[in-house]
Formats: sequence, C-alpha cells, structure tokens
Amino acid sequence: MNNTVTTAEDLRERVGDFLAGHDPASTGRLEFLRARFDAGLAWVHYPAGLGGLDAPRALQSVVDSAFAKAGAPDNNPRRIGIGLGMAAPTILRFGTEEQKKRYLRPLWTGEEVWCQLFSEPGAGSDLAALGTRAVRDGDDWVINGQKVWTSVAHIARFAILVTRTDPDVPKHQGMTYFVCDMTDPGVDVRPLRQLTGEAEFNEVFLSNVRLPDANRLGAVGEGWKVAQTTLMNERVAIGGNAMPREGGLLGMVAKTWREHPELRTPDLHERLLRLWVDAETARLAGSRLRQQLAVGAPGPEGSAMKLAFAKLQQALTGLEVELAGADGLRYDEWTLRRPEKVDMVGREPGYRYLRAKGNSIEGGTSEVLRNIIAERVLGLPSEPRVDKDVAWKDLPR
Amino acid sequence: MSDLLYSEVEEDLRASVRDLFADKAAAASVLARTESAEPYDLKLWRTLAAELGTAGLHVPEELGGQGASTRELAVVLEELGRAVVPVPFLGSAVLATSALLACDSDESGQLLRRLAAGEAIGALAVTLSTWPGAEFPTAARADADGVLSGRIGLVADASVADVLVVPALGPDGPGLYAVEGATVTEATSLDLTRRLADVTVDGAAGRLLAGPDRAAEALQHALLVGAGLLASEQLGVAQWCLDETVGYVKQRYQFGRPVGSFQALKHRLADLYLELVTARAAARNAADALADGRDVAIAVAVAQSACASVAVHAAEEAIQLHGGIGMTWEHPAHLYLKRAKSDELALGTPGRHRAALAKLVDLPA
Repeated sequence: MNNTVTTAEDLRERVGDFLAGHDPASTGRLEFLRARFDAGLAWVHYPAGLGGLDAPRALQSVVDSAFAKAGAPDNNPRRIGIGLGMAAPTILRFGTEEQKKRYLRPLWTGEEVWCQLFSEPGAGSDLAALGTRAVRDGDDWVINGQKVWTSVAHIARFAILVTRTDPDVPKHQGMTYFVCDMTDPGVDVRPLRQLTGEAEFNEVFLSNVRLPDANRLGAVGEGWKVAQTTLMNERVAIGGNAMPREGGLLGMVAKTWREHPELRTPDLHERLLRLWVDAETARLAGSRLRQQLAVGAPGPEGSAMKLAFAKLQQALTGLEVELAGADGLRYDEWTLRRPEKVDMVGREPGYRYLRAKGNSIEGGTSEVLRNIIAERVLGLPSEPRVDKDVAWKDLPR
Repeated sequence: MSDLLYSEVEEDLRASVRDLFADKAAAASVLARTESAEPYDLKLWRTLAAELGTAGLHVPEELGGQGASTRELAVVLEELGRAVVPVPFLGSAVLATSALLACDSDESGQLLRRLAAGEAIGALAVTLSTWPGAEFPTAARADADGVLSGRIGLVADASVADVLVVPALGPDGPGLYAVEGATVTEATSLDLTRRLADVTVDGAAGRLLAGPDRAAEALQHALLVGAGLLASEQLGVAQWCLDETVGYVKQRYQFGRPVGSFQALKHRLADLYLELVTARAAARNAADALADGRDVAIAVAVAQSACASVAVHAAEEAIQLHGGIGMTWEHPAHLYLKRAKSDELALGTPGRHRAALAKLVDLPA
C-alpha cells in the first residue's frame, strides 16, 4: 500500500479523520500518540509504517498546527529532543529494517528517551579523537570507556554510541557506531554538576558493557560517517525555530525594561537597543533561511545561525542580570537538581546568564563553527593537519 | 511575513546591471575618474538610467517609469555598492524621485517623467546627513512668489543635477520647490565616488511641487525610502569587501602558507560573513516593507542600524586584512571605506536610527 500524500489539504483532511476517531479529550495520552504514529502523522516525511507518509518535510508544520489547534497531547519534543533530532534520522538512514521497527515508535511517543554518547574527556570539539574501545567477542562487542556531557542519560533507555574499534588506523577511520541499552550492566551514569549548580548533564562510565552485533548502526569502521549524519541533524535542530518579533529572552528583558524605569541608565539603554536590533536581524535571517528551504534552495547561511544565537543569548542574559539591579546579586537555587530538560524561562536571570555560557560550547563550539564557515562557506584553506595520516594509537594525548 | 528572497526578475536585473558595471566601471577606471575633471561617469549614467530603465524603476508606468517597486531599486543599489560606481543614482533615482512621487502634483508629475526617462538628473536639496524624523529644514526660505533664498550644505549629487527639489519654508509653512539654475559649489567629500555640493538658492525661481499640506510628509517619505534602500547599498559595499578579502587571503603567502589558512584571520572573516547574513535579511526586509508600505518605520530603522555598521566593519577589515596594499591609493579598498563611512552618516547614523527605534518599539530611555 502506497498512498502518497503531497498536499497540505490532504494532510488536514487526514488529521481531521484521525481526530474524529481519537477524541483528544477522552483518549489517553500514550494511546493517542501511538495511534498518531501508526496513522503516519508523527513525522510526515518518514516512510509509511515508520510514523510517516513519505510526504515533503515542509508539510510537517501543517500537521503539527492542526493537532495543536485541536488541543491534542504532544510528545514533549523538548524532553525527547535528542531522540527526535539526532537518533531518529540516524537510525532511519543507517538502521536495518528490524532496528527501525524496534526503535522509532517508542522514541517518538517518548516511552523510550534517548541520549547521545559521543563526547569524551579527551574528545570534545575533536570528536574523532575519541578512545572508548569496542572489542569484538563472538556475536557481541565489549565496550570500555568514559563519556561526558551526556544530557538526560539519567532518564534515557537507549543511547547512540560512537566507539573506537581499530586503533591502528588514522582517527577518522576505525570507529563504529552502536545503539547502547542504558539498562545494561556496566553502564554507570553519574551526575555532572555544572556551574549553574544543577546536573543537567552526566558522566557515563562504560565497563565491560556487552552489546550484541545486532545493535550496530552502519558498517564496522564507518562510525565517523554515521556520526556526521547525527551531527548535521543536531545543528539543523538548534536555531531552526520561527520566533515572533521580540520573542524569547529579548522579550523578557524588554518587559523588565518597561516595568522598571528606575533601573534604566544610558549605558543599558544603548546596549538594549543594539541587542534589539541584533535579535531582530537574526530573526529575519532565520526567516530568510526558512524561505530558502521552502523553495528548495538552501543557502549556506544555516551554519552561521547557531553562532549568532549563542552570541545573542550570552549578551542578552548578561544585560538581564545588570538590569535586575541589586537583585542581580541573588541566585535562586544552588541545590543540586537533575532536570529532564533545560528551562531557560522558568528560572531567574542569574541562572540564564550562567547557562547561556554553554550555548557557544554545546553542539559545536563557536570556534569550530567559525572554522567550518571559513573553510566550507568561504572556501579558505584549512589549517595544516598534523594528525591526518597518523594511527589513532600514535597520536599525542 | 515579508518576502526576503530575490525574485527571478530581480536576479535578471542584477545580472544586467552587474554586466554593465563589469564592462564600464572596473575598479581601475573608477579610481582614475575620482581625480579627473569629471568625477561622475555621465555616459554610464545614461546607459544605466535610460537604456536599462533604472532611473524610473519604481515610477508608475503612466508617468513613464517601469512600475516596479523598491525591491528592484534595492537590487540596483546593491550592485552600485559593490562597484562604488560614480553615478547620481541615490540623489536622482532614489531621493529626488521618491520626494516627487509623494508630491502628487502636475508639476511633480512632469518632472518625474524627465527624471524617469533619464533626460534630467535630480537631487534632493537636503544635507545628506538629514535623518527621517528630523525637523523640516529651514536653511532655505521662499517668498509668496516662489523666489527662494538660503544655502544648503553638503547635498548629494547636486553638482551634476539639472533640477533640485528644494525644501523651503514659505510664507504659509513648509513647501517643496523645483529649482533649475541654483549656484552649486562642489565640496571636498570624504566619499570620492559620491560627491557632495553646497547649494545657494538666493534669488532662484522655484516652482511649487507641494505646499504645507503635503511637503513635510513628502520629504519624510523620501528620507525614509532613501534610508531604507541605502541599507542595500551598504550590503553591496560589505559584500564586495568580504569577497575581495577572502580572495586576497587565499593568494597571499606568508610564513610558508596562505594567510587565509591562519585561524586568527579565518575567524574574523567568518564573523564578517555572519554579519552579512543578518544584514542581508535586514536590507531585504526594509526593501520589501517599503514596497508594500507595511511596518516601514521599524524595518528601516533596523536595517539602517544594522547595515551601516556592517559596511564600515567590512571595509575596515578589508583594509586591515589586505595588509600594506590595503593602505595604498592604487588598491580600490579605500574607495569602499570612504563610501561605507560616509554612508554611515548619510540619512541618519546608526545611533539616530536606534533612537527612533526606541520610540517605535516602546523602549524609552
């Protein structure tokens, strides 16, 4: 059966039919989400049978807004963002049919949360330097190593995992990509307390974890290629959202400005207006990027947007603390907490200031992004690479 | 939501303008002209204005124009910025023409036909640094017979203008007058490729284009269109500076490798690229807002505040990253720095536009 959906009208009709059979008011949340997945209305650009209808990706917003309008439960995309943004597209591209059938549905409904075991204490921006070892043992692989900066590992059922399977070849080769069951013996998740006081991230220690070969994604030694797909999707996910004028953090700062004339100084006014303009031009640039995507002509601007976002968030949160006056000296909460998602809105300015420092580090540091823009967009020559033809085991570390 | 892309028609227009400039306005010839007796290339202007029809792009067809919009004008300005071509486009096709379009009188209609056809060059007789929202200028006065007196300093493109659109305070209040044969004295301009002149209108006969009911609004309209579209010229200046600098650092070897392979330079150019991405969106948004009259004031203030600074930054980076050659007169980079810095002052500084924005979006000092 292959009834391809290509128009927004078709999709609205399908959502209408679905809602007629599943009243959001009387259907249980999980039951509703499972049925929505089975009807192909989860992510419309995915294949039929895997939550989608082979429809153009641009039509997803039609479905999402139709469900939102009907008051339907959503699948909490912020809580399961890593699964949606990184694991799912990678499984779709490199997974076997069994893997796709097993993982995608509970991933989308949020029944199984995913995390990402990529970065290591010695391999952050230079991800290809990673050293977590996977050694073949019969039908299994035995994993040993340490991962770090792992968001939501404490609630995750599965992880996407990159390992070193051949230390005798240069670092971009000899890597292999797996799905790791976080409930397996030998997986130890420890909170990693951050400068904000909370433990949004974790360290994950892997000691003799046995993964069946059936958990491998992609060929042995092809892990870098698979990871590139994951990372490309991560950067698309960050910074791709439409926002109204004066939305987000800027809106909060502007509100404070209007409500507290006693805090105004010429210096703060000047900075606020500059940031207002920066936020507005970044917002317009985001709109322009989406317009390019909609007509099928994506420009290279996307790589610049995460950089813009990080700069803006950091400048805005810094201003916000100053604008709080004496209250900027307070902090709301130093107790160790382990949140399930980052909440920039529900906390005080001090928290936002500290947390925003991560915006220029997570998902590719601003320095690495500048290199990417310089080399891939502007075509500038790369820095000399001293590690290119050296076996991983011989690299200085 | 505004359309922030370029249409096919706009890209075609860009291609013909760029071809013309590549052919007739190469950097060396622009540079040579700046020191000649004819700093403006009026032959090129006639081709651009009349043959390509850009002088009347946003003039309605019934007045002899092309019936296009400010979006198309903006594309021409991007190319003018890229090539710093010495033609009176801003003064005639943008400022004077926009003022005349807002006058809506028989007199203004006749004048528009001449400007749109490229038969006459116009200039708006305000000091180029005048910003949208400024008080109506009082440097010139008119008596009841339309005889003008006064002196207006630093008017863009006036030295080649056949007719001036002069804001003057008449006996009943503000008026806009058409003046031919004023005394025009060329000033020494920071920008070598856009000349400024001091205009004296003592005893000149002015033909009334708009009276007190309309003059202030028409002038305001012209300043707003000018400021909004100047953002596209600034974008063009910045784009040339980035492209040229990227090209240069790929070729220039020091310490045994292209200087463009050093991270210190790459990061600066990546940051500049990011600035251009946001400047382009802002400039397009202003051109689009001016075309359909929606959200104009905010769009123009945002575009001017952003693009003026980006152009200056791009030009300053171009000089620095070209190293010694960037300091020489022979290399064209300085023409772009001079244009960018003058444009930053033209039609309102970024600070002026942010002050306007503060009122528009309710963020009082």
